[in-house]
Amino acid sequence: MKITPGRIAIAVWLTFILACGVIISRSQFTADLSAFLPRSPTPEQQLLLEQIRDGLASRLILVGIEGADAPTRAQLSKQLAQHLRQDTAFVSVNNGEPVSAGQDRAYLFNHRYLLSPAVTPAHFSVSGLHAALSDSIDLLASPAGLLVKSMLPRDPTGEMVRLLNQINGGTQPALIDGVWASRDGARALLLIQTRASGADADAQQRAILKIQAAFDHATVSHANARLEMTGPGVFSVRSRDTIKAQVSRLSVISVALIATLLLLVYRSLTALLLGFLPVISGALAGIAAVSLGFGTVHGITLGFGTALIGEAVDYSIYLFVQSEQNNGDRIDWIRRFWPTVRLGVLTSVVGFASLLFSDFPGLAQLGLYSIAGLITAAAVTRYVLPHLLPNGFHIHDVSTIGHDLSRWAQRAALLRWLAVAVLVLALAVLFQHRDMIWNHKISALSPVSQADLTLDERLRADMGAPDVRYLVVVSGATQERVLQASEQVSSVLQTLVDQGELAGFESASRYLPSLASQRAHQASLPTTGVLQANLAQAVQGLPVKSTLFAPFLADVAAAREQPLLRVADLDKTSMSMAVDALLIRQGQHWSALLPLTALPGVEINPEHIRSVLHTLALPDGHGELPYQIMTQQFAIPVSPHSLLSPRRGERDEVSLREGHTNVLFVDMKVESDRLYSGYLHEAILLSLGGVAAIIGLLLAAFRSPVRVARIIVPLAAAVITVTAGLALFGQRLTILHLIGLLLVVAVGSNYALFFDRTESDVQIAPRTLASMLFANLTTVAGFGLLAFSNVSILQAMGVTVAPGVILALIYSAIFARTAHV
Amino acid sequence: MMTPSVRRFIHFVLMAIVLLLGAGRVTASRAATWDIDQLMHGLAQVPSGHASFVEKKFIAMLDQPVESSGELFYTAPDRLEKRTVKPKPETMVVDGDHLLVERGTQKYHLQLEEYPELAAFIDSVRGTLSGDRKALERSYELSLEGSVQNWTLQLVPINVKMKQVVTRIRITGVHDEVQRIDITQADGDSSQMRIEKLTTP
Repeated sequence: MKITPGRIAIAVWLTFILACGVIISRSQFTADLSAFLPRSPTPEQQLLLEQIRDGLASRLILVGIEGADAPTRAQLSKQLAQHLRQDTAFVSVNNGEPVSAGQDRAYLFNHRYLLSPAVTPAHFSVSGLHAALSDSIDLLASPAGLLVKSMLPRDPTGEMVRLLNQINGGTQPALIDGVWASRDGARALLLIQTRASGADADAQQRAILKIQAAFDHATVSHANARLEMTGPGVFSVRSRDTIKAQVSRLSVISVALIATLLLLVYRSLTALLLGFLPVISGALAGIAAVSLGFGTVHGITLGFGTALIGEAVDYSIYLFVQSEQNNGDRIDWIRRFWPTVRLGVLTSVVGFASLLFSDFPGLAQLGLYSIAGLITAAAVTRYVLPHLLPNGFHIHDVSTIGHDLSRWAQRAALLRWLAVAVLVLALAVLFQHRDMIWNHKISALSPVSQADLTLDERLRADMGAPDVRYLVVVSGATQERVLQASEQVSSVLQTLVDQGELAGFESASRYLPSLASQRAHQASLPTTGVLQANLAQAVQGLPVKSTLFAPFLADVAAAREQPLLRVADLDKTSMSMAVDALLIRQGQHWSALLPLTALPGVEINPEHIRSVLHTLALPDGHGELPYQIMTQQFAIPVSPHSLLSPRRGERDEVSLREGHTNVLFVDMKVESDRLYSGYLHEAILLSLGGVAAIIGLLLAAFRSPVRVARIIVPLAAAVITVTAGLALFGQRLTILHLIGLLLVVAVGSNYALFFDRTESDVQIAPRTLASMLFANLTTVAGFGLLAFSNVSILQAMGVTVAPGVILALIYSAIFARTAHV
Repeated sequence: MMTPSVRRFIHFVLMAIVLLLGAGRVTASRAATWDIDQLMHGLAQVPSGHASFVEKKFIAMLDQPVESSGELFYTAPDRLEKRTVKPKPETMVVDGDHLLVERGTQKYHLQLEEYPELAAFIDSVRGTLSGDRKALERSYELSLEGSVQNWTLQLVPINVKMKQVVTRIRITGVHDEVQRIDITQADGDSSQMRIEKLTTP
């Protein structure tokens, strides 16, 4: 076999495709929200975002049982809970049945002197004991007396009651027939915590299937009972399924649509199949590149990929349609048209390259996918496809269409004034909507359907589950430091609770005080001799004898020698879950979360809480820093895939110098919206940068500002008109609309370049016009389908690109230099 | 977050509360032959009541009984409020299935459904006040002594768990007015609550 350049090209191509296939087969695909969460500039915010992905909240599944009657629902809830509690995939299954009450009580009672914040030396002095004893005796007279009565000999100072009061606070769901139920009584409720993190969609899916299977098993005789599930994990799995289903359906439809279209044009099956080779190569290269660059491929990237089929197929259309019917002419095509196509590809690549700099991982993925995909598709068209064409290959003659188009194109210039009028109108619309063009809410990107969100809200309200909107985050180098700072923050927050500004708050230090404060507590406990003497004096004037309190003396003596509490001591109590959720280790870095609960009808005043926290004098660090300072101080460059596969701990040394403890108050909603808004702003700047780069590229290629302007004007006109149209229809632009606009520029640049002529007397070839129309139709077919998607981000791209490319073609024709023949 | 242990605690507290609960009664209605049904019928006619109470608890550990006092409010059929003034202010409200206790800055809110024994206590007093014999007989064996001028209704728990906490409840009254509630606990401690009506509705 002779080694020809063609054979080499084909061999290289096949090897490349094989390599892509291997990479893709090892790729991970996700659909969680992480791609839509910008990487955060500060470690604290990074932590919060990771909390959303991996934290306790992400591991909760809220379950509702509907239908049947209340006793049946309660019975189902108990059966379901009993079944799931035996499964190690679930850390806890709560449905209102008392399960760990005994362990909880034992933990609190046995460690009450280490845990109670009231334990100070004064508490055990004569006057302190006297006061505590009279309180306890008063309590005996009250309805609460029964409890105090049994504990009085061991706990005369009422530490247990104090601990329970402190923990008491949150609202719990109603109980019907012994299990949690919604307020209206129509649903039984369960709160399930999975062992796997919410970001692990595969594990979440298994957990969901297990819950469903257990429910189905329990409902064999109650066919009318229904199961409802919600939670971050459920969302993640459900949106992955939705995206997966949509992407596969859309790609099948879009391939079928484009194939039909091309078959009509080519009237040749060989041409159709060959025409798809660059597309498939491009898609494979795109996925492989994203997989290599980011570690994981997001479902949205794939969805975007199906739409890009419509554009990648353009190159082969140009090759087949523009060239004449023989091989020699194809070589001529390479000479005559390839430079234009190449410039078109370069324009697109330069435009998308700006996305690579985005801190928004989803955006960077789309950018990389497009670049790799388009370059591959074009290169395969140029270097491989001509060698694969069989001898005598020809497609149906499209010159009739071409000539018709040619006549139309001639007259297009007549529409200039109309086009200008439309543009002016569009600009007026944009001016009128200037404050409402962009959507700054991160929720706009969520692939979760409105129905799912409504269900989530309803179950959450029924459950009385706190929405973790307000958090105080304490970060430091060790668990001990973080717990100590938490104790200080807690005492400040407690004042706010007492003043009626807050309903309550949670803190890990409640269940696990710092070693320092445990030691301080132990040091406050007097020796048995001293305590006995104090007690003898303290009971004077009270209706009790000090001999009653022998068990108290024994317990205090034991507490003085008690080993200090560690995390492991919490095992098997329900508080262990709370501590797990609230105290987080990340490499060398510890963080404690203190979620705040607002009083009903009383808004939390972030400014006041910030200023109160600011007064905290942390022993070894500084108080809360304003957001901007934090941003500047800790802005650390992180690689693009760090959010998708966080390598924890790397940035910690940078952010938290030895000995520093940070306290930060965060309004999660405001913070995430602000972050997103910042990234949207960044994306707009990057896109403008992309446009500037495109102009620079064209200037370098043509060395004629007028010529460049002729190419840019139709593209700008298309972008303006589409944006105005979207604004008119009430669609507020998200970051994905922006991508769509960039695509309009990328695709449209091909048309504008083909319409561009140096000599005014050279008429644009009818074949070229026909190829542009077909290319346009395939692109519209590919992206137009996305407009019907119910995943909002895919839909956003669809409604932008499909009308945009049509307009780009029309504007290119209208604004093209008129030929004088 | 309210842990199960807290619930258990509140459970105990409220059992205690209800053990000691009572309410003032007014109005009069007589019948020739007098029995539990007659008593219940008479009690059921009372729409509301307001009374003061003085309660004494006899606790073995203490050298002398502890005393508390305050006011009681009742609105038929199922709202009961106990406002303790001495020695420490405290309010307890039972309304339907909901129970709310306020002591100092602490508030406990819960549902009786969750605590069957507690619900039984509430029903001992509420059932008596509203003259709901059926509700009473779900948890207690009833016996009536004395006459319409001076009657004593004795309630002995049927349920084994209840028996471990309380031995019997004796409610004494004149006509349709409850005047005294005596509770004997299983451990020998006891309480007496004297009730005096304040206003006639």
